[in-house]
Amino acid sequence: MKLAVIRFPGSNCDHDLLHALKYRLNLDVEYVWWGKKTLEGYDVALLSGGFSFGDYLRAGAIATLTPVMDAVKEFAETGKPVLGICNGFQILTEARLLPGALLHNSSMKFICEDVKVKVETTNSPFTSALSKGEVLTLPIAHMEGRYVADEVTMKRLEVEDRVLLRYCGKDGQSDEKTNPNGSMGHIAGVLSEKRNVAGLMPHPERACDMLLGGEDGIKFFKSMVGLAKG
Amino acid sequence: MFGKSYLEKHGLTREEFDIILEILRRPPTEVELGIFSVMWSEHCSYKSSKLHLANLYTTGPQVVHGPGENAGVVDIGDGLVAVFKMESHNHPSFIEPYQGAATGVGGILRDVFTMGARPVALLNSIRFGDMGNEKTRYLLDGVVGGIAGYGNCVGVPTIGGETVFHHSYNQNCLVNVFNLGIARKDKLFLGKATGEGNPVVYVGARTGRDGIHGATMASAQLSEESEKKRPNVQVGDPFMEKKLLEACLELFKTDSVVGIQDMGAAGLTSSSVEMATRAGSGMELDLDKVPRREEGMTPYEIMLSESQERMLMVVKKGTLDQVKKLFNRWGLSAEVVGRVTNDKSIRVRDKGKMVAEIDLQKLHDATPKFSRLDSPPFDLLKRRKVDINAIPQPRNLNETLKTLLASPNLSSKKWIWRQYDSQVMTNTVVKPGSDSSMVRIKGTKKSLAMSLDCNSRYCWLNPRLGAAQAVAEATRNVACSGARPLAITDCLNFGNPENHEVMWEFTESIIGITEACEALNTPVVSGNVSFYNQTDDSPIWPTPQIGAVGLLEGDVKPMEQFFKNEGDLVILLGETYLEMGGSEYLATIHGMEKGSPPSLNLQREASLQKLMVHLAHNETVNSMHDVSNGGLAVALAEGLFGPSREDGSRLGLEIYLNADIRPDFPLFSESQSRVVISCHQSKMDEVLQTAREFKTPAKLIGMVKKDRMVVKLNRAPVIDMETKELEEVWSSSLSSMLSMTRV
Repeated sequence: MKLAVIRFPGSNCDHDLLHALKYRLNLDVEYVWWGKKTLEGYDVALLSGGFSFGDYLRAGAIATLTPVMDAVKEFAETGKPVLGICNGFQILTEARLLPGALLHNSSMKFICEDVKVKVETTNSPFTSALSKGEVLTLPIAHMEGRYVADEVTMKRLEVEDRVLLRYCGKDGQSDEKTNPNGSMGHIAGVLSEKRNVAGLMPHPERACDMLLGGEDGIKFFKSMVGLAKG
Repeated sequence: MFGKSYLEKHGLTREEFDIILEILRRPPTEVELGIFSVMWSEHCSYKSSKLHLANLYTTGPQVVHGPGENAGVVDIGDGLVAVFKMESHNHPSFIEPYQGAATGVGGILRDVFTMGARPVALLNSIRFGDMGNEKTRYLLDGVVGGIAGYGNCVGVPTIGGETVFHHSYNQNCLVNVFNLGIARKDKLFLGKATGEGNPVVYVGARTGRDGIHGATMASAQLSEESEKKRPNVQVGDPFMEKKLLEACLELFKTDSVVGIQDMGAAGLTSSSVEMATRAGSGMELDLDKVPRREEGMTPYEIMLSESQERMLMVVKKGTLDQVKKLFNRWGLSAEVVGRVTNDKSIRVRDKGKMVAEIDLQKLHDATPKFSRLDSPPFDLLKRRKVDINAIPQPRNLNETLKTLLASPNLSSKKWIWRQYDSQVMTNTVVKPGSDSSMVRIKGTKKSLAMSLDCNSRYCWLNPRLGAAQAVAEATRNVACSGARPLAITDCLNFGNPENHEVMWEFTESIIGITEACEALNTPVVSGNVSFYNQTDDSPIWPTPQIGAVGLLEGDVKPMEQFFKNEGDLVILLGETYLEMGGSEYLATIHGMEKGSPPSLNLQREASLQKLMVHLAHNETVNSMHDVSNGGLAVALAEGLFGPSREDGSRLGLEIYLNADIRPDFPLFSESQSRVVISCHQSKMDEVLQTAREFKTPAKLIGMVKKDRMVVKLNRAPVIDMETKELEEVWSSSLSSMLSMTRV
């Protein structure tokens, strides 16, 4: 199984993601430049964090106009897994591959800190190896991470079990105090209708080394290792 | 044409103008006058400081490149080098805080990657007026936003720094930014234009009218008129910087670059002049070829623009196509704007017409160097005089400690560093909030610790001692993580050098830095001088900011300042004296900024630092924390404010002090060369024995407990409080002072 980390000018967690998947999880992973028109030969597409095209206009907006995003859309339509982290999540909502939008944090400030998130569903290629209700500690680092969606979408996400991760406290309870950015429904990650496209604001690739303070990111990526084994 | 006001606009004196006439043997063109003006500005020429800077301690086996290059270079073994520097962006940040600070970050990043190093860590020291000053909140918000906006986008972690509030910065804020990068020793690039006929290539952003005469602005005092200089402040584009960074690092892997330099202060002028001067060559520039974003720019404007995110490079003949192709792939254009010559002159053409022709050797040799007059402040003795016995003794020391921990300078700065991406690049092994921050180097067993420090109150009371203390504290903080201090960079912020007292503060500081660097074997490898941080008659307090870098090697666990386990023993290294002068305690609790700062024995300091590195390497200790502002009581409390424990509880302390003296003095004295360490009970003998070997006093003072911080003096409790209560005032103070609440 081969994974693609898609690079846009301004991506800045691309190295971190590749490093974590390659050296901490022994996966076969390569960079794919934004000018590429196809993802043939790859089994998973990953969009990393950063500031693609400077996040000018709106976070993730300009990246959706690139050739590689057409390829990502086709790739997703065939049911293959696509995961967007942070800026990658923003790009996927801008590309309408995921519902909702990510707006400025309610504090209007960039926030970098460790947060706790609860695994809300294991019915996805990215969380199948986790247990429902499991609490992970993962770092966030974003300015535009406040998840919003219209009422109908919010209801559907809940009813259809498409909330991937939710900000929470250490016992898994979610309230205003455990919500770092003001996201609706304390949502930290969501799934597409077909459940093969996922986006999340936290950075699991930053939590793959005890030396850096934690290894819950390895837990998170374990499902992908499962995919690799078929 | 060359009237007094015209020369003043260029920051030139009549005498300097006469030298220009002598060099050219004719009146200068406008472009030439501009070139002389910026090259001889304080900012670019260091004319007031050069004679003194020559005395700094700058050598050692670890030094690969000392001051004079774009950044300092230090050997860290196995063919790798650390490339680092600190720079000020004070004046622009006061006028336009967001862009001023942002472009400061951009500039220091370019200084480092231009040498072939990948930037891996940013730090900053920022100083503002007191909390009551109406501009403080606005400046703080803008500066922090600018640093975050730029650094986060480029994707280099901001891992630490320092924030100080004091009324001496009311009219002049300080923004000092530090950057460190890693390179291969055999793959370093210098700003040299060699090889006659080699093309001179311009890459990056187009040239606009922004920042014209920024260097000259930074070489004069701020005044009410300064607001009008807002257009002089450059605008940053971190996305352009990111592309430029990646493209340059990719280019360095090819064999095409001869020399490269950032177009920073004084833009195209200083980069071309300096590159040719360093190489002893010459350069021809054709301004028609310079990419512009505005119509109708004059040659003068093009030469002096300080538009950001631009690099000038000399490439090997025949590699041009390859270079252009590489930059195009990153969406950047590379244009040939000139060529290297060998006649030691710079020639600038515009529309085929020669607009400047200057002999570089003469321009360089005639650079003014001043031996400015200096004299100690007339009230120096008054400043240092204090009768500590007349200081009223606080009735409730719990409240005193709380007041100190809640004060702007000692309170938690999380509100600030939470806005910086401190983790991108996944190397940050010690995050912001400890004595020093640390990044690992992937693929090696090396980590680098960094810390920025300066106590400007000490420097105001005794600049020589204060500057030495800044070096001692910065290196001590690095040693607190277990890393061996290697070298320092400095950023010397002072008032108007034409003021004799300011000049005295400066020269004394240089002596202090030199003495400390020599004793601690940490040479100065790069630096920056920022004068004219003064409005009317009020200079800032002397602020010789020091940035120290240390190396941790092998399978050694990096140390943090936080106590780790209940039951660990607490040991104080160093001696506590009755040294209350210049202390945070006197300033915050008694409103007195007076006295002599604590003494500093550099030999003791050196032994202490060696001991700390030794203890960390033998994994004898579980935490190490430097005792500085606020003294022992504050240091002990800070050791309790680590990451929260799984069960939500807090560690506590039980400390026993013995002294025949009123309790506030041992609690808040700021005696130097002291460190609080904690270790497992079984390691106590080893710690005390090792301390003896390193000739460092060490005393068991207590034990790590749970929930409460208790300090007893001669068995009577003088502090007894819940850790949670202390932490609450410490952590919430800054954001509530800024009247902002967490969402």
